[in-house]
Amino acid sequence: MSSIAIKGVKKAYAKNAVVHGVDLEIATGEFIVILGPSGCGKSTLLRMIAGLEEISGGEIWIDGKLVNKLEPRERGCAMVFQNYALYPHMTVAENIGYALKVAGVPKAERMQRVAATAKVVGLEAFLDRRPAALSGGQRQRVAMGRAIVREPKVFLFDEPLSNLDAKLRVAMRAEIRRLHRRLGATSVFVTHDQTEAMTLGDRLVVMNGGRIEQVGTPAEVYNRPATRFVANFVGSPSMNLMEGAIDRHGVFVYDEQRRIPLPGALDARLVGHKIVLGVRAEAAKLVEAGTPGSLPATVDFIEELGAGRVVHTDFDGLSFAVALSDAATFETGDPVGVMIDPADIHLFSIESGLRIDLPASQPAHATSL
Amino acid sequence: MEKRATFSSTTIGLLFALPMLVLIFVFFYWPSGQALYWAFTLEQPWGGGNTWVGLQNFRQLLSDPYYWGAISRSMVFGLGSTSIAMGVALLLALFTDREMRGHKAYRSVFIWPYAIAAPALGLAFRFILAPEAGFLSLINQIWPGLWNPALDGTDAMIAVIIAFSWKYVGYNFIFFLSALQSIPRSLIEAAAMDGSGPMRRMWDIQLPLLTPTLFFLLVINITESFQDSFGIVDIMTQGGPARATELMVYKIYFDGFKGLDYSGAAAQSIILMGLVVLLTIVQFRFVERRVHYK
Ligand SMILES: Nc1ncnc2c1ncn2[C@@H]1O[C@H](COP(=O)(O)OP(=O)(O)OP(=O)(O)O)[C@@H](O)[C@H]1O
Ligand SMILES: [Mg+2]
Repeated sequence: MSSIAIKGVKKAYAKNAVVHGVDLEIATGEFIVILGPSGCGKSTLLRMIAGLEEISGGEIWIDGKLVNKLEPRERGCAMVFQNYALYPHMTVAENIGYALKVAGVPKAERMQRVAATAKVVGLEAFLDRRPAALSGGQRQRVAMGRAIVREPKVFLFDEPLSNLDAKLRVAMRAEIRRLHRRLGATSVFVTHDQTEAMTLGDRLVVMNGGRIEQVGTPAEVYNRPATRFVANFVGSPSMNLMEGAIDRHGVFVYDEQRRIPLPGALDARLVGHKIVLGVRAEAAKLVEAGTPGSLPATVDFIEELGAGRVVHTDFDGLSFAVALSDAATFETGDPVGVMIDPADIHLFSIESGLRIDLPASQPAHATSL
Repeated sequence: MEKRATFSSTTIGLLFALPMLVLIFVFFYWPSGQALYWAFTLEQPWGGGNTWVGLQNFRQLLSDPYYWGAISRSMVFGLGSTSIAMGVALLLALFTDREMRGHKAYRSVFIWPYAIAAPALGLAFRFILAPEAGFLSLINQIWPGLWNPALDGTDAMIAVIIAFSWKYVGYNFIFFLSALQSIPRSLIEAAAMDGSGPMRRMWDIQLPLLTPTLFFLLVINITESFQDSFGIVDIMTQGGPARATELMVYKIYFDGFKGLDYSGAAAQSIILMGLVVLLTIVQFRFVERRVHYK
């Protein structure tokens, strides 16, 4: 069991900086998910924790010990790789038992621990097979088994589920969660899949371009995105964002026909400024065209999701998604009205992208967090 | 509009293959056929054609202690040079792979020795290993007479083995290095995460995954040591001193062109050819069965 502290960690390849000073505290036994788009430096950060990548600046502490200069084996982390990285010339049992063999665990104990681990990951029947003779899901289990057999202080996962089909991914997700409850080891899980991130993490770390955008519980990140990037990246469909100006009555003006009054007291500093306003598709409603207070739109196309539908509407060139759960039917080209509850809006600075909280304008559901 | 070839596809194919077939025939089958003919016949002492003698040439060879000497020296030479060339190349490749990933220029430097013709190489090593003036003359200054390949048979054998190994180190190195670099990086990293240090990783992960390359190079090195050694021996020692470096291939040349015993030499080359073919078949069979993971 162990806590990890990351202080101002940077990484540069030659002159090319890819991680720009990351600060993060991970508590003992916590399950942290690092979420971000491709190329944002998630793997690099994880590999620096593991000791596979040199740290260009800053400090990483594991369990109260500075590990910057330590070899991977001295850090006590186990890692599950995206492509599993199983040893092709060893059987499943040898793969799982390799770490124990290296550590000099006597053969009898080793066999017993390998057998116990194989049971946990459901591989008892495959112990004598080579990885080439396993399915993708079984290989994934071997990789998991290899990590847990050592009872490590820290688990590191680098997109371990991204090579599996959708169904297996959901099953493995549940299994990883169960395993974490059982072993209670500190875990860092890297993914670019937000469903995975939302369902697995105690806390989410959203990264972009080598920086942390937000750290928080999945609900916090979803309900109060700290930046425009997070608002756009987290949630499916992604949050609708509109750029417009605040007039002197405290009304957000996208264009002549589309105005949204801001909730709460008027913030004098915002008047006359351009700003980004965000609304989740789930928070908007479709009403009949011309309903007072609604924004005029036309139906662009409809995504059928099974449980509900997402109607993509058009604001004279800007796409705006509305999630529907009822059975109302619309056709492409239909004129409609989009109704937005002022309590459900998010504001972001257009320059810095940071969230702007209006005085006394905390959305009702956010204050309860 | 499509123009049709008026030849049948077999004719066209044969025509394209013809230049190569002619080359193979002229430089391989014809000489081989000639050698076979000589091996089973004996030339009349004063000319006047060959007479069929069956296996007599072979029987004579196999009861000749000098020939057995050449065989065992070839074995010593083959094993010695193969283990040195492969061992050194493997070590260099392992270290290069660890320290200098992707340095292509550095890699190509190691292939150059292979491009040097054996006689030129032999000449160079004759100077390098010369007892009175060469690189090793230092040894003789300290212990006079310790190193003298011109007089001491063992020294001579060591000298030709070193020269030959030097040539093949670069060749083997290229194969080892590219095999090492084709091992996924993540396997090495996974082993590192499993607590395995650099040496242990070489032993447990890299070497086992190199076995196909190891076996392939073993075949190549041993067969080449039987054949490609001629130039080096001819320039450096001429089989001497006192036959100490008379390898099978050198004896063929010596008996055939110096001793003018075409029949005996031809029989020897048939034996050598058979040996090489046998070795290749055995080893490739073994490779096929033994070293496949995928
Ligand atoms: N060895 C390297 N040399 C130079 N640049 C590198 C190297 N490894 C990674 N990078 C760069 O660092 C950046 C971050 O890479 P990283 O692998 O951490 O991304 P990631 O967030 O894990 O992306 P993905 O989701 O696609 O795996 C990328 O822009 C990548 O091009
Ligand atoms: Mg990655």
